[in-house]
Amino acid sequence: MQDDHEHDATEAPSEIELRVKALESLLVEKGLVDSAALDELVDTYEHQVGPQNGAHVVAKAWIDPVFREHLLANPGSAIASLGYSGRQGEHIRVLQNTDSVHNLVVCTLCSCYPWPLLGLPPQWYKSAPYRARAVSEPRKVLEEFGTHLGTDVSIQVWDSTSEIRYLVLPQRPANTHHLSEAELQQLVTRNSMIGVETLKPFSDAND
Amino acid sequence: MNGGHDLGGMHGLGAINPESEADEPVFHHPWERRVFALTLATGFLGRWNLDQSRHARERQHPIDYLRNTYYENWLAGLQTLLIDSGLLTEAELQSGFCGEGFPNQEIVLTKNKVKAKLQEGKSVELPVATSPQFVIGQEVMVVNRHPIGHTRAPRYTRGRRGTVIHQHGGHIFPDDHAMGDQTGQHLYTVCFDAAELWGQDNGGNEQVYVDLWESYLTSGGTKQ
Repeated sequence: MQDDHEHDATEAPSEIELRVKALESLLVEKGLVDSAALDELVDTYEHQVGPQNGAHVVAKAWIDPVFREHLLANPGSAIASLGYSGRQGEHIRVLQNTDSVHNLVVCTLCSCYPWPLLGLPPQWYKSAPYRARAVSEPRKVLEEFGTHLGTDVSIQVWDSTSEIRYLVLPQRPANTHHLSEAELQQLVTRNSMIGVETLKPFSDAND
Repeated sequence: MNGGHDLGGMHGLGAINPESEADEPVFHHPWERRVFALTLATGFLGRWNLDQSRHARERQHPIDYLRNTYYENWLAGLQTLLIDSGLLTEAELQSGFCGEGFPNQEIVLTKNKVKAKLQEGKSVELPVATSPQFVIGQEVMVVNRHPIGHTRAPRYTRGRRGTVIHQHGGHIFPDDHAMGDQTGQHLYTVCFDAAELWGQDNGGNEQVYVDLWESYLTSGGTKQ
């Protein structure tokens, strides 16, 4: 999927591409990094760790009330019980959306994000406009994502200034009572777990 | 420091224009993959910590920080860290050639260790001998302080009042950590009414939650 964005072999390498290549060669020559380990790091976050992990947690919380309680009371242990843990997910809190409360996550100072559950953040999450505006005009930000919430819904914005990482537990979409955990997992979007969107009512026509 | 990175509330940056979730690749250019991986891999050498790494990006000229793409900022930070730690010289960085007499260091992160190293993570909890100064439900104010070093109290919170809603126990204090010292302080989540942060005309039915360390906070003061 990512390969569409590989640069065209006939294109001359950009200045930054050359600089990064030179830096990698230098660090390899010095014995400070191993190129195979770099490949493995890239592969991990490009192909293995991603929002499907968070979606698994959310879908399980929807169908299993005991797990949901555990997740809200002791998120680290609940999430680890599904096999997710590690770097940038050492201290996780889960924020539950309800009819009257909508949670939204940002990192105004850098780009803190729960890697083991969502992978690496999308470009917009790391961008200056999102970081600037999510705290000061969250309703307008949500509108830009097509999320229209009434003024009766309280917007709670979480600025990730510490090493605590936040995951939004979105509301289960309507018309999903007949779906299995695996089917529900497919409905959970990354954006709903950051809090910029809510999940649309399910219909078979969705797919 | 009041750098280009402290963006909460800044105006004039335009629309967010998100790429569609289904179509966005993890990396947008091949070189971004390498900058990401080089940053993580060199981090495992143990010469600097996460707050030093953040501070290296923040220390750029604000115009550079804001003009750069995300991974350009990572690259700038990485070069600073490599030079400051003595792992590379400026001359080596410029020429691309290894200088003489550099002892080869043992590679810390080999391919077969990547999974385990990422899996193990690194807790930042650090027990603190004193009891927490603030209790849940207490009104607090963020001290109006403008340190020239790294800090995690965003500018938009300083001098503002909020309510403690969570105590997290002792966490490594980032301001000291960025200077290479590991000290612990109680960490709290503080809830601010949006109107307290952005003025009475703004933020109906909105709250902003910020994780703040004990020395960022004081009791007293009145709401804006």
